[in-house]
Amino acid sequence: MSEFTYLFRGRDYSASPEQRQKYTEKWIAWFKELSATGNIKDPGHPLEGSGKVVNGKQKVVNDGPYAEAKDVVGGYTLIEAKDLAHAVELAKGCPVLEVGGSVEVRPIQKM
Amino acid sequence: MELSEHLFRREAGRMVAALTRIFGVHNLALAEDVVQEAFCRAVDVWRFRGVPENPSAWLMATAKNCALDALRRERTARTFAPELGRLLESEWTLAPVIDELFAAHAIKDDLLRMMFSCCHPRLPEETQVALVLHILCSFSVGEIASAFVSTDSAIAKRITRAKKVLAKSKKLFDVAAPAEFSSRLPAVQRALYLLFNEGYHGASPESAVRTELCREAMRLAAILLAHPLGATPATYALAALMCLDAARLPARIDSSGNLSSLFDQDRSLWDQELVAEGLKMLQLSATGEEVTEYHVEAAIASIHATSLRAQDTDWGAIVSLYDTLMAISASPIVALNRAIAIAQKEGPERGLEELRAIANADRLARYPFYHAALGEFELRSGRYENAGEHFRTAHGLGRNPAERRFLAERTAACEQGAQRHAV
Repeated sequence: MSEFTYLFRGRDYSASPEQRQKYTEKWIAWFKELSATGNIKDPGHPLEGSGKVVNGKQKVVNDGPYAEAKDVVGGYTLIEAKDLAHAVELAKGCPVLEVGGSVEVRPIQKM
Repeated sequence: MELSEHLFRREAGRMVAALTRIFGVHNLALAEDVVQEAFCRAVDVWRFRGVPENPSAWLMATAKNCALDALRRERTARTFAPELGRLLESEWTLAPVIDELFAAHAIKDDLLRMMFSCCHPRLPEETQVALVLHILCSFSVGEIASAFVSTDSAIAKRITRAKKVLAKSKKLFDVAAPAEFSSRLPAVQRALYLLFNEGYHGASPESAVRTELCREAMRLAAILLAHPLGATPATYALAALMCLDAARLPARIDSSGNLSSLFDQDRSLWDQELVAEGLKMLQLSATGEEVTEYHVEAAIASIHATSLRAQDTDWGAIVSLYDTLMAISASPIVALNRAIAIAQKEGPERGLEELRAIANADRLARYPFYHAALGEFELRSGRYENAGEHFRTAHGLGRNPAERRFLAERTAACEQGAQRHAV
């Protein structure tokens, strides 16, 4: 088994409470499925939409990241899968895709 | 931990009501933004970490924190609820005041306050209902449009206009003022009645019975009953009517997804708990002098609910209740239902007579069940051709697949009858 991170982008913006609840339930079901098959190493955390960015030798501190809202990473999860293809296959079940978001699948480099 | 059904929607109504009390009715949009923010946070965290032990408390606490942020951020740019005034300006009083306003008992009053505020006399009835659905039940514009068989843009316009009226009213309705409470109460009852009926008889194409609308109406009626000034005989009668009608909901759609008429329903599917609750409410409504249309409609529903078989129904009693109802609030729909009861009691020819005598029958011209009643009585009188004609008209007016299937079957029954007759 190898380890991967999923970086989630995108959010359900203009949804009604009923739709949001359904969306949350889908996420919870998806995580449940992934844990049942032993593919979750660490469920990870959501990230605030913005914070600070420290830059370069001058250590300049800026507000940010000022990316488009849809490009901001909203959270991450650590996954265990056979290989990259498997991790990608698993990512296809993520509910964020249904609201036009994306999952970036990145193998964690072996030490 | 699973989320209970419609939890978000219920909590959204409670949060908007509480936040509007704090921000002032002119800042309704800000209250709605804060609710959205609280939900975004919930979705963000819960999707990774699962649902917390007490999701309602979590949401409410988050809304409170978001509200504090908004108050601090906006207090130089905006004025908030005038009656809270300076309490929100000082850091000394801000947090304790907000804590108090988010306490459970305070929020219950907030819901009632919002309910009364939505039934503003300057708003047409159907707009009041849309506003109640939007603010207190948190239905999106799209969800309301599909319930009312309207377009998103028409409903959006209606709600925007309604919110403007609400914002201009400067203050939320004061539920502690008895005289004003009593004078607006009928409008609130009426809105809940219309909301329930929209669910029960609604034209929504999605499903013939919008059970959710009925449930929301019943939930709001229960809040109204919990307030000493709201628990009037008319409110009890309204609640009785809702319980007794809702008891029949499980039987209105049969196992193959088809509409089932009152005469053909499997009565063992009726919800006996709701029947008992409805009868209790009906008893509680029987005080005082006033007999409202809710009393009469509840009494009619109670006769159906307690008749074990369709043929056991006391149609004489029902006809005389419809006579009373015509005296209180005559309408072509009431007259139609009265004609159906008369046909049950005195035969189809009498039913037809009564149907033809309905004043303003042209207002029923687009209502499929008017033509269905004509068809039914012609069918029972053995005039299959006429009957088929009426059912075809009714079928053409059917508002959803379940209605159309039902009416197509009746049309087919007429054709079969005609064939048998010819042989």
